[in-house]
Formats: sequence, C-alpha cells, structure tokens
Amino acid sequence: MIPAAFEYYRPQDMAGVLAILGEHGDDARVMAGGHSLIPMMKLRMADVPHLIDLQDVGGMSDIVVGADEIRIGAMVTQADIIDNTELRSAAPILREAALQIADPQVRYMGTVGGNVASGDPGNDMPGLMQCLNTRFTLIGADGEREVDAREFYEAAYMTTREDDEVLTAVIIPTPAGGYAYEKQKRKIGDYATAAAAVQIIKDGDTCTSAAIAMTNLSDTPIYSEAAGAALVGTSVDDAALAAATAAMLNDIDPSEDNRGPIAFKKHVAAVILRRAITRAWSRA
Amino acid sequence: MKDEVISRDDRVANLKGMGCSRKRVEDARFTQGKGNYVDDIKLDGMLFGDFVRSPYAHARIKGINAEEALKIPGVLAVLTAEDLAPLGLHWMPTLAGDKQMVLADGKVLFQGQEVAFVVAEDRYAAADGIELVEVDYEELPVIVDPFESLKSDVVLREDLDPNADGAHGPRKHPNHIFTWEAGDKEPTEEVIANADIVAEESMYYHRTHPCPLETCGSVALMDKVNGKLTLWGTFQAPHAIRTIVSLISGIEEHNIRVISPDIGGGFGNKVGAYPGYVCSVVASIVTGRPVKWIEDRMDNLMTTAFARDYWMKGKISATKEGKITGLQCHVTADHGGFDACADPTKFPAGFMNICTGSYDIPTAYLEVDGVYTNKAPGGVSYRCSFRVTEAVYFIERMIEVLAIKLNMDSAELRRINFIKKEQFPYKAALGWEYDSGDYHTAWDKALKTVDYDGLRAEQAQRVEDFKAGKTRKLMGIGLSFFTEIVGAGPVKNCDILGLGMFDSCEIRIHPTGSAIARLGTISQGQGHATTFAQILASEIGLPADSITIEEGDTDTAPYGLGTYGSRSTPVAGAATAMAGRKIRAKAQMIAAYLLEVHDNDVEFDVDRFVVKGAPERFKTMKEIAFAAYNQAIPGLEPGLEAVSYYDPPNMTYPFGAYVCVMDIDVDTGVPEIRRFYALDDCGTRINPMIIEGQVHGGLTEALAVALGQEIAYDDMGNCKTGTLMDFFLPTAWEVPNYETDFTVTPSPHHPIGAKGVGESPHVGGVPCFSNAVQDAFRPFGNTHTNMPHDHWRIWKTANGLGLHD
Repeated sequence: MIPAAFEYYRPQDMAGVLAILGEHGDDARVMAGGHSLIPMMKLRMADVPHLIDLQDVGGMSDIVVGADEIRIGAMVTQADIIDNTELRSAAPILREAALQIADPQVRYMGTVGGNVASGDPGNDMPGLMQCLNTRFTLIGADGEREVDAREFYEAAYMTTREDDEVLTAVIIPTPAGGYAYEKQKRKIGDYATAAAAVQIIKDGDTCTSAAIAMTNLSDTPIYSEAAGAALVGTSVDDAALAAATAAMLNDIDPSEDNRGPIAFKKHVAAVILRRAITRAWSRA
Repeated sequence: MKDEVISRDDRVANLKGMGCSRKRVEDARFTQGKGNYVDDIKLDGMLFGDFVRSPYAHARIKGINAEEALKIPGVLAVLTAEDLAPLGLHWMPTLAGDKQMVLADGKVLFQGQEVAFVVAEDRYAAADGIELVEVDYEELPVIVDPFESLKSDVVLREDLDPNADGAHGPRKHPNHIFTWEAGDKEPTEEVIANADIVAEESMYYHRTHPCPLETCGSVALMDKVNGKLTLWGTFQAPHAIRTIVSLISGIEEHNIRVISPDIGGGFGNKVGAYPGYVCSVVASIVTGRPVKWIEDRMDNLMTTAFARDYWMKGKISATKEGKITGLQCHVTADHGGFDACADPTKFPAGFMNICTGSYDIPTAYLEVDGVYTNKAPGGVSYRCSFRVTEAVYFIERMIEVLAIKLNMDSAELRRINFIKKEQFPYKAALGWEYDSGDYHTAWDKALKTVDYDGLRAEQAQRVEDFKAGKTRKLMGIGLSFFTEIVGAGPVKNCDILGLGMFDSCEIRIHPTGSAIARLGTISQGQGHATTFAQILASEIGLPADSITIEEGDTDTAPYGLGTYGSRSTPVAGAATAMAGRKIRAKAQMIAAYLLEVHDNDVEFDVDRFVVKGAPERFKTMKEIAFAAYNQAIPGLEPGLEAVSYYDPPNMTYPFGAYVCVMDIDVDTGVPEIRRFYALDDCGTRINPMIIEGQVHGGLTEALAVALGQEIAYDDMGNCKTGTLMDFFLPTAWEVPNYETDFTVTPSPHHPIGAKGVGESPHVGGVPCFSNAVQDAFRPFGNTHTNMPHDHWRIWKTANGLGLHD
C-alpha cells in the first residue's frame, strides 16, 4: 500500500495548475480530496508521476444559491453540502445523497468535484448530477466550457474531460418538486449495491416531469430518460411504477461482484427505484 | 488508629478486587494514542523488509532476478529461498506438525505466498524494490475445492512423500493431511439406523479471517557483539515463539529475548509463526542492523492465518418425543497450502469433539479429514477455543434441523435434551468431562426475559400479514445455547510442539505494600493489567491500584503458553490466585510473629491478618510487606515473593443462552436486528464491566461472520476479499444494542471458580444470528442455508422459496 514515487505540486492559482497539466499531459493528475485517487495510487493501480494538489488554488469552495441555478465549487466537500442551510432548502436531494456517501471522516475530505470528475461508477454524485440535469464547468488552456452531466461519462474512469482540463464547478438548475435518493449498501462506507436519484413534479394528481438516474449499475451512471418518461402523465400508480422500473432495467447493465450476481442487482435496482419514486412522489 | 474507622465494606471496596467494575488501567494510554505497538518501535539504523508475493495460486518458480530491484537507491538485499537454505530456514515447522515455506522453494501454493524478501533503508524503497523483482512463474492447475483436491491427480505438496504418514497418521491421498476421529463409529451408525427420527444436513462454515486492527509484524535485532537476538512482534504466545526461534535457528534460548509489546487485537491471527518473523530475523543477522516487517491490510487478509473453512455433514437421531439418541458428524477441513492450524498438537481438528454441545447425547461419532488446497494456510481459532465455533454452529444448526423434522419448537427440543444440573461433572460421548453447568436455569431466564412465547405469537401474525400482502418483512427468532471448552489445558493431553499448556505467575511484593506480577500470557486488548490485579487484590489484600501487571517480555516473565482460546483466566488466572495464596501463607507467618501469636491463631480478613477472636489486634498486608523486608524473622527468609506454575486439572466449560430477533426485507435481502439478548455464565465474574465489553466485542465479530464476513476465492485461486471494502468489518452503524445478562455457576476445579468469557459470545453468537435468518424462512420451507447471510444470499433464499413471485 505504498504508491510509486511522484512529484507533488501545490500551485497557488489555476494558471499554475494549467501550466503543469500542459507540461505533463496525462502524466499529471489534479487532486481535490484525494479519496478516489490516493487509494488507487497506493494500490499502484493509478500511475501518477505528477500530482497537483488543488487545496491552495482558491475560488472553488463556494456554494451560491441563485434564483434559477445553484453553483457549487469543485472543492466543496460533502460535509459542506450537508451543513449548508440554503442548499438544504433549495435542493434537499443533495443533502439526502451526501449523507449516504461513505462516513463522516471521508465526507470532510471528499469533494463534489472529485466525486463527479473521477469517473468511478461507484460514486454517488454523478448519477445525482445527471438526475438534476447539472452542467459541469471545465477550464483548460483554451478557456472555460460547460458539459452536460448526462453527456460527461463514457466508461469507468473515462469522461469527456480532456487531460489538460480541470473541473471547477457544477451548475444545478434549481430543482422543483419531490425528491429522493435511495441507496442500498452492504455497510457504512460501501459503494451502492444499487442507488436511485429521483426528482419529480406533481400537478394535481398527475406527474408532469420526472428525472431518474441510477448508480453503480453500469460502468457509468445511468440517466434513464425512458424511466422518467414512463411516469409523466400518470398518477404514479402501480402500473406507472412497473413501467418506469421496466424502462430503467432496460437501460442498466450491472456486472457481478462481491455484492452479488446480476439477477440480484437488477431485482434490487427495481426495488430501490420503486421506493425512491414512491418517496419522491409523497414529497412532490 | 485511623484505619479502624474504615468499615469492612469500605476496606473491600478500596481493594477493587474481584467483582468490581474497575476501570481499565490500560485505557489511559490507548485512548491518548500513547500505546506502544510493534510499528511504534523505531531503532537506530533500522531497516525495513517486505515481500514479493505470488500473484498466482499455484505455480512453479523458474527463476528470480533481483538485479533491477537492487539498483533502487536504498534497497540493500533481496533474500530468496536459496539464501535461506544454507541456514535451513527456507522452511519452518507449523504448530500443526506440518512445515511451511518461509520463501517459495521452487513453487507457490497460494496467491500472496512469500517469494522473496526485499530489505531496504525504508518501507518506500522496499515497495519500489518489490515492483522490480522479476519472477518467472509457470502456472500450474489450481485447486480451490477440497473435495476436488482429494480426487485430483495434481499433487500440491511435492515435498511430501505421498506414501508416508503425516503428523497425525495415515494419509489417503497426496493432497490429504490427516483423518481424526472421536467417539464410536459402529454403535453410532447403529443407533441412527434404528432411530424413530433422523435429520440430516450438510453445511459449509465459510472461510473467514480474524482481521485484528493491528496487522502482524516484527522487529528483529541481532546484536553481533553480545550474540543476543531481540525480537519484538505481534505474538499471542511470546515464550512459545522464543522456543521455536531457538529450535529452528540454533541460537541458544537464553540468547533470545522475545517481546510482545502492546498488541492491537489478536483473535487467533497472532498465535502462529509467519515467514515475516523469520525473514526479519535472518535479515538482521545478514545486515547486522535491526529489521522491521509490518503487514499491510491486504497481506494480513490474504496470507496470515484464516479461520474456519469446514464442510460439515451431520446426522442426528431422536425418539418421536424428541429425545436425542445419536449424533454423527463428518468434516472436510480445507487447510490451504500448508497445515498451519494453531491447535494443541494431539488435536488436529481442535476441540471439534465438543460438537455434542450442551445436550445429553448418549452416542456420537466425529471424523475429520484435513485437505490441502491452493489457498492461504491457517485454520486458527478466531475468537474461540480451538474449532469450537465450528462445533457449536454445527450442533445448534442440527438442533434446528431436527426440530423442523420433529415439527417441534426448537426451544423446547433444547430444553428436553440439556444435560441436567445434577449430571455434572458430565462425561460426554466424544470424551470431554464438562465441569459444571445449570443450563435449564439459564435457558428459562433467557426465554422469560425476551417473552419467547410473545415473540412466537408475533412471528405467526407476521407470517399471516406477509401472506396477505400487508408486509414484505419477515421476522426471525434466532436461538442458541452453547457450551464452550476453554482453558487449554491439562498438560497430560494439551501441548503445542511438546510444550505443556500450563501457565504461570510470579509476584514480588515491594516493601511499601505495592507489587508487581508477571505472567506467561499477553493481553491483546482483554484488559489483563486490570483483571489480574483484581484477582491478586482479593487474594493478597493489597489494592489493585497498587499492583502492576506485566506480560510479554520473555526475559522477565515466567514461561507460559500465551493468550488464546480463552485460556488466560482459566490457566494464568489460576496461577495468579495460587501464587497469591503462597504470598498469603508467608504473610500469615509474618503477621503471627508480629502479633506474637501462633500462625494458626491469625486469620485473613480482606486486607489484613487478625487475631482470631480479637479483631482489634491485626496487621495489615501493607505492614506485613514492610516487615518482610525490615525484620529478622526466625525461620523465615526475608522478602515476599512467589511463583506458581499452574497445570489445570480440566478445561472449563462456560455456557450461555442467546436470543436474536431480526426483521428481514424479503425484496432486498437486508436484515435488521431488532433485539439481541445474551446471557453468559462464565463462572465467577472478576470484572463485570470488562465481561460486558468482551461480550459486546465477541457478538460483533459473530454478527460479522454470520452476516457477511468471508475470505472468498475465484476458481483461479484469486482472493476476492483482500480489502476492507469487501471484507466485512461492522461499524457502530451495523451493530445493534446488546442486552447482556448472566448466571453464575463457578468452575469446581478452578481456584477462584472462573471459566473465561472472551470467546463465548462469538461461539454462541454466530449460530444465534444465523438461526434468526434461517428461522424467518422456516414457515416457507427453509431448513438450512449457508452463511454468510449477506444481502444477496438472503435474497437468494427468498427467491428460491418463491417469495418474489
């Protein structure tokens, strides 16, 4: 559990970060909380000759709750999300999800940016961000650009971020309606056996909008547009729940691991989604 | 005198002796980060060694090239079997009478096996060196299934003569290690063949691991000037390690000092000898500098001793009324690549022959076959006396299976078969003589406390509600009644490598009335410094707070066999009491002299000797201690010291009654423990607070094993559970509130009647948690499913019973 030797950098601004990235390309990696990257380095599964610590860069630790959008800096920790009262009322699903990530010690270090950028299919924030139709802000040598969370993930640890880009913030359209983040895990600190993020809008007795994303059930998070669509226009009755879970099952592609075989994961994914929709609907 | 105004009760309280919930004296340092563990030892010029380990479970080694590794700055040496062979140290004896490679000698037999030892200036250089050692492997067919192993043409242990007997008698196959029997085969088979009712079940007690928080490690210092070797390490038996090191290295035993410093949990993992210990010693001899070896978590889980891995097949017979008439058990024991069990030498399957449990079973037969496979070696007793968890799990599952066959409540089936109070000492069919017990009282108390009948009524209602579609949660009631066999043990039948399993205590009373006592055991968190001082306080009348307990340094402590199998209180605790009584006997003579009366005219009273019939005339132990050093007493040597080596006449047999109430989500497989009640009878209770802590810890490890903790391999022998992400260690979040209770049935042969408690909750807890899961599904036709009951396996049970349709 000793990483290979690496150079450690602690630049004071983003220009410094980008300069090192420009020089070393994919031999360099930025680090926020380090809770995804450092274990991989210690297992010698990630080879990072140049490690750039973002702690001193500044400007990425704010949570700004606007009228239509919420901007969360990449260095905001899960603990910050849990503690922020404005965020709690503007987007309560963020707190509900953050409380189910790892344990308090990890949440004091683990950041939103690291969680979404590392591309680990076990991470909870990517699916959540897809559910909320979040945009990610990336900065590189050629300036800033935005990428939809729903377009960001290509495969496990593979995203559309270029090697010389840094993810600096997530921009979340202020969510409306009912919400739920439901997660089954083996123990505290574990990744999900299955997790579902649901945001749902109710008008009278009818669902007018629903967004659904699943975590750790494929090599990327899965935004299931079809599952959400199956609820729209319904009263979220049993038939609608069955249609939504069937649509979701069509989109996921779990693999067997120590959490269980594929049949189990699919079954649990359906159960978890059903519970998440039911809870979100009750809050809508 | 000022002393006279203190009441007798206050004098008793001031001693903080037996029965007092004295706070643990160890905790001040542990809670402040001031413990001194092996990895805290830092010596001038100390080097660090670490292993190149095999990625393959079975492979021939065609060559090892260390050239590139030796170019890394700071890497000093790369040791291989070739380097150790001239010293005869490339293999080492195991505690089970087998031998084990220290470094791979031509082949590897399990993934993670030690292939080469890289010695470097620090652990970072060692890690870089390991990366660059090139090993040329030729993969061989891998066998992970013991049944397949016994049929295979692939010979795992080519070093053994296939036609020669093993350490425990004839071998049936080149991959077979031993057959061990207890009881009477033919009479048992006859009883079962002619019985009214016979229940049969096959069960697998999965492989798991003790996983102490502190991993294994050592620091070796060979002082070439004075010829002395000092070895610090994570040793549950430091004296035995000293003797083994002497035997295999040829260094005279007086030139070896073994020190177990603070140990961060053992649970059986630190009983055996590991290649790392040997390599740190050799590397220190070679380099002339101290050498440290410390496992990381993956090393610990994947290579140092595992526990369990028993395939058990049972038959139990009974009359129609439920009176058990016979029990038969066959075990296929998977020992991995080397037989490195840590059992008394004559017991290759430990005390598995306690598998008749708490029941009066007239006829029984047990047969155990040990088998080699391509898995890590071990087979230690993880928080239990030797193989007792396996035995108790077996019988407590067989009772449930029989109850199903009889269509009887299993609480009642237990009650009608318990050994009765008046039958003790009870000679069991498989050979043991149980010292004392009152099972019916304990059982009745447990069932009454939890309102057992009420629970069963609630469960019946729940089944109705489930069938009516009102709930998706089933309710399970887990019962277990266990009898442990601890305190190994009588030298007549218990030894390890020929060393009798006595234990020892040496006491020195200081002139001012304080004391130091040294024992042959070593605490790994059990609180010995607290409890042994309490035994002495009650025996010699000096306050526990004035008594230092020291263990773990073989240069100062008397010889003992160490701490495991709940043997410390039954054996070393007895030695402590006996040594205390020697002190008291001499103190009596001193008191009589000081009081100018005959020895027989004084009697001991809490903290003093008083003249019989004249309680105002007394000498306190403090006064007596001073007199021992400043008075010339005719016929008595000066000083006040004693030593006792205690060879127990029998084992002790703690027992207990546990009940678990669990809700199970049928759709997700998630169990929720609603209630856990644990009644323990460990005989005389020395420190109730420590007992409660021990019970909580043992139950938590039981929960872990029953509900998910396993060492699993794929077909290629790859260990799938090498990190704490996949190896289940429960946190506070997963652990329920435990209700503890007790009865007291002292051991009749132990000087203070104590029986040992640290392992009981694990032994009783595992079947209790498992029975709760299985009981939830009993109304739907379940008889048995194997542990661990993690989410997906529970789900699979529900699925198999059609509960998702």
